[in-house]
Amino acid sequence: MKKIDVEICFGTTCFVLGGSHLQELENSLDNDLKEKINIIPQNCLGLCKNENYSQAPYVKVNGQIIDRATIEKVINKIKCEINE
Amino acid sequence: MSNIKLTSNLNKQVLVKIIQAFDSDDFPRSTYQIPFKMRPKHSDPLYRCCIHKERAAIRERVIAGLGFSVAEDDHEKLLSQYAVDALERNELAGEVLTAIDTACKGCVPVRIHVTDMCQGCVAQSCVASCKFKAIKIENSKAVIDTDLCKNCGKCISACSYSAIARLRVPCEEVCPVKAISKNDLGVVEIDFERCISCGSCVSGCPFGAIHERSQLIDILQAIKSDTPVVAMIAPALGGQFPEPVGKLATALTRAGFTHVVEAAEGADLTILHEAEEFIERSKEGEPFMTTSCCAAYRELITKLVPELEKYVSDTPTPMHYTARIAKDRFPDCITVFVGPCVAKRKEGLQDPYVDYVMSIEEMGALFVAKHIELSECEDYEFSVPSSTEAREFAITGGVSHAVGTAAPENANITPFCIDGLDKKAIALLKSFAGKGVCNQGNLIEVMACQGGCVGGSSILNTPKSAEVKIKAYGAKGQSIRRILETV
Ligand code: SF4
Ligand code: SF4
Ligand code: FES
Repeated sequence: MKKIDVEICFGTTCFVLGGSHLQELENSLDNDLKEKINIIPQNCLGLCKNENYSQAPYVKVNGQIIDRATIEKVINKIKCEINE
Repeated sequence: MSNIKLTSNLNKQVLVKIIQAFDSDDFPRSTYQIPFKMRPKHSDPLYRCCIHKERAAIRERVIAGLGFSVAEDDHEKLLSQYAVDALERNELAGEVLTAIDTACKGCVPVRIHVTDMCQGCVAQSCVASCKFKAIKIENSKAVIDTDLCKNCGKCISACSYSAIARLRVPCEEVCPVKAISKNDLGVVEIDFERCISCGSCVSGCPFGAIHERSQLIDILQAIKSDTPVVAMIAPALGGQFPEPVGKLATALTRAGFTHVVEAAEGADLTILHEAEEFIERSKEGEPFMTTSCCAAYRELITKLVPELEKYVSDTPTPMHYTARIAKDRFPDCITVFVGPCVAKRKEGLQDPYVDYVMSIEEMGALFVAKHIELSECEDYEFSVPSSTEAREFAITGGVSHAVGTAAPENANITPFCIDGLDKKAIALLKSFAGKGVCNQGNLIEVMACQGGCVGGSSILNTPKSAEVKIKAYGAKGQSIRRILETV
């Protein structure tokens, strides 16, 4: 099966608005999930521009945008992708 | 353990809006609009019952962000007027912390609470246990009359079903010196005769109700003027972003600062003097010495544990030395210390060489508001590089290690670290002062925040990740011993 891409934005805006927690994502996953994903740290994804900074931090799971991202939200999305 | 919470996101967003308002054509008008822009008509409330409540809480956050005390707000004064007043003031007078009334009122109103586990039993042991006649049985359920309840907790142990619980008030619980409490009106009060500015309540309140009164507007005005403005960055800054500190310094210049100096440069002087002082003191037969750079610890001594005073090092802090270096190197400049804690803001207000203090969150908000992306910044060349030891000041153990390294080997330094000033640590320090001995070591390093300054109340990165980055940066520096040889 093709691995699921998890792009985490570590751009400045996302990091300031709470993105630093997402560094813990890998440690919060069980081995089973870990094997199914590719974690890709990114610089600014370009989603924070203009008024949208208030929705930061951003993560993309297989290209789908998660705003106000938390570890829980990301894990849920990964599970959805696996089940599809 | 982490101090970074989503509550502080709201604060940071408000700060971003304030900075953007300052940069707009009409600062007072844009400031007035902030609560309405953040919660527009027909939008869904995010945390509260309705957008009007949220707007009221945002309004109070703006007041604190402009540098004013929310306790002194009369609810009538318009934010536009606050904005005008912020431009006109010369300095922040009074205390640096302020509580957001409307946010705090959402937190537990009473302490003792009857839960659903109440069986309405025949024994009614709770009613009997209450000396203040505060418990009645209504519709087969115990009910507490909050006017009569004195929070003694007798009923909690009396109930055989464990149906009565004490609700925790988070800020009261985290404060190590009993300086904060929720009053009868349901709003928090800080006793500033006791408060040591440790910032625990700022990170501990789940509603983000305790705020620092910001000096952002003063700093933005300084940047706009023709005077050179120097950012003095605390060693903790080295761990706050994925990018190295050189890029962060460049980002600060893009935000408008003229020069950037590492407070680690001043820390080098603190290390050298503190090592000398230690040797002198031990020659005079003193049993131990404590470090002096943590401002919250120093406030604790002055306000609550004066008997420790004579054991505290007299050496000035890195912030003080750095500010003197900056004033010397860049004549007539305005100095702004950028750091992770409330206590340094307090220290800065009292130090004639430090003009303003900016928290790390405020700096982050500045980058967001001005669209500064660190990965796009080039490396900044600091005019004087700092030592490895000074760079690691922000991590518990760093200060005592540095002093130990700078002192000659026969100084026999045995360091002992107080990692976080909680109630237990304060009792321990008191016992050292009382007995005049400390068996654990002769150089006591005190850090009010757990983990050191990387655990301060306005951090952006997790302390763990920050520590890794700071150590990597430290490893690239020269040892303080090399600097010693060249002095
Ligand atoms: S934790 Fe304290 S300051 Fe925060 S809302 Fe509750 S009572 Fe108020
Ligand atoms: S800053 Fe520290 S000492 Fe002051 S009220 Fe808050 S927790 Fe207590
Ligand atoms: S910093 Fe994350 S989208 Fe721009």
